[in-house]
Amino acid sequence: MLYREAGEFKTAYAADAATFPIAFDRWRYYGVLAIAFLVIPLTINDYFASAVLVPFLIWSIVAIGLNILTGYCGQVSLGTGGFMAVGAYAAYKIMTAAPDLNILIVVLLSGGVTAAVGVLFGLPSLRIKGFYLAVATLAAQFFLVWLFNRVPWFYNNSATGQISAPERSMFGFEITGPMASAEAKYLFCLVIVFAMAWLARNLTRGRLGRSWMAIRDMDIAAEIIGVDPLRAKLSAFAVSSFFVGVGGALFFTVYLGAVEVGEAFGINKSFLALFMIIIGGLGSIFGSFAGAAFIVLLPVFLKNVMVGALGWPTDIAAHFEFVILGALIIFFLIVEPHGLAALWRTAKEKLRLWPFPH
Amino acid sequence: MGSMEGPMSETVTADGRTIGGVLMEMRGITLRFGGVTAIKDISFDIREGEIRAIIGPNGAGKSSMLNVINGFYHPQDGEIWVRGKKRRALRPHQIAHQGIARTFQNIALFKGMTTLDNIMTGRFTKMRAPWWQQAVWAGPAEREETANREIVERIIDFLEIQPIRKTPVGRLPYGMQKRVELGRALAAEPKLLLLDEPMAGMNVEEKEDMSRFILDVNDEFGTTIALIEHDMGVVMDLSDRVVVLDYGQKIGDGTPADVRNDQAVIDAYLGVPHD
Repeated sequence: MLYREAGEFKTAYAADAATFPIAFDRWRYYGVLAIAFLVIPLTINDYFASAVLVPFLIWSIVAIGLNILTGYCGQVSLGTGGFMAVGAYAAYKIMTAAPDLNILIVVLLSGGVTAAVGVLFGLPSLRIKGFYLAVATLAAQFFLVWLFNRVPWFYNNSATGQISAPERSMFGFEITGPMASAEAKYLFCLVIVFAMAWLARNLTRGRLGRSWMAIRDMDIAAEIIGVDPLRAKLSAFAVSSFFVGVGGALFFTVYLGAVEVGEAFGINKSFLALFMIIIGGLGSIFGSFAGAAFIVLLPVFLKNVMVGALGWPTDIAAHFEFVILGALIIFFLIVEPHGLAALWRTAKEKLRLWPFPH
Repeated sequence: MGSMEGPMSETVTADGRTIGGVLMEMRGITLRFGGVTAIKDISFDIREGEIRAIIGPNGAGKSSMLNVINGFYHPQDGEIWVRGKKRRALRPHQIAHQGIARTFQNIALFKGMTTLDNIMTGRFTKMRAPWWQQAVWAGPAEREETANREIVERIIDFLEIQPIRKTPVGRLPYGMQKRVELGRALAAEPKLLLLDEPMAGMNVEEKEDMSRFILDVNDEFGTTIALIEHDMGVVMDLSDRVVVLDYGQKIGDGTPADVRNDQAVIDAYLGVPHD
């Protein structure tokens, strides 16, 4: 009953082009924001924050980043893990070189460094497409991990080859390091996620986003209306890598604290990010969140049900987790190949007409 | 519009439109793919404000000619002169910035985008706001978006496609897709509009609609149009001048009446009569 377009008369194009043109959607969005910013920080417990919410938020940024490249611009990438590693190592090098720098600036600079690296590895996209590009980005993944493993400069010659995040605080609250509280980590990530999702939304609905989608849908037609494929593709690589780099920096500094590159940023992370956007929905910001939630939250949920509620042994539960997750992924892809975002859209369309079927 | 006057001065057509000097001139264009010569030493011109048809049997080199004009192919020989200046070899997106837009024989829309977004994408060359303003969606970027939306809405009104504004174009029927594609080309406010078989596969009503749009575009916006079409009736009705190609060579050039009575054209294109 609440979900209606009727009675909403748009008198300006700006209002018609708003992200949430329907009032109910808008209020729901404000509601989610209020819960995320006000309710959760007061009620959060440490386990829930560190095992569920912080990784969910960080993976959302990574998924948005990959979605910009793959979902909006149509360039398949398997280098996400490698680009996250660039963000992480850039953050480490900046933090150790400039101890006084604010952690927020460190994270954003790391994104900037990753953007530059992303453009470099995006250059082959001007010549190759589809699966072949995926293989080229796979090379980036392996090369970057190898580089961070083999060149001691990147991990400041530490004996273990690991990097660990120094303690940094903002407004008197520890954000990184072992003393950081769950609320501080959560809020820090939340603010960044909120800002970056907003930026991504704006970029994808404007001229730049349209040029990406034009390249994705029909590159020849994009060219004849004036889109330079070089600039469109490389800008997509830059923006996407910026997001992934920020995600990688947060993953290292806030979430893990200490990182061994092959383990934390291996090829499986690239696949994980790709699963997220495929399940969530290509070319959708909401889909990036939905996919990240699905991949991050579901295993935690299943583990709690099987071990906590049913009392199964943990090793059996861990195996069943894979089975169930795999089956669900296949199920979702058969039922709705365009991901959770498309399911969500369909649900909204049905709701709009409810109780009438057409 | 043009500061340079071509060799021919202005003329006024029977229906009162003004046709100006030469907008674009092809001089001795030859295009080869390996051993195959697609276009052989073709010269013709397109005058400002006219509707110029390019006709010919299948494989005559018509589409290749359009591809040369908008930069997909670079001819081995010959020159293209625009308003009295020789054009350098340019990439298609650079040529788009010079005011040439086109539609394709087999529709080339952005299938994942709505009608509105497709036509908005056509405004690409007219929008200027830098990326960082788009990212924060404030000030000039938002104003520019709204201003361009108004122009796009005028095109939507003109083409009578208001109801499908927010429909993804992949879901639209064929005739509508053709119309949206015309809209996207018009959104660029082109000086020269290239239409590659705008009426292929349409029924009579859709053809009438499309013919009306083409005439209106030419009449109201003064857009110069070069079109490829197989429907002879349409070509004869719409165009001011016709160039006829066959096997990559030009075999006729003139008004529809001239071309219709040209024996070479009749033989090549309409077939040699048996008796």
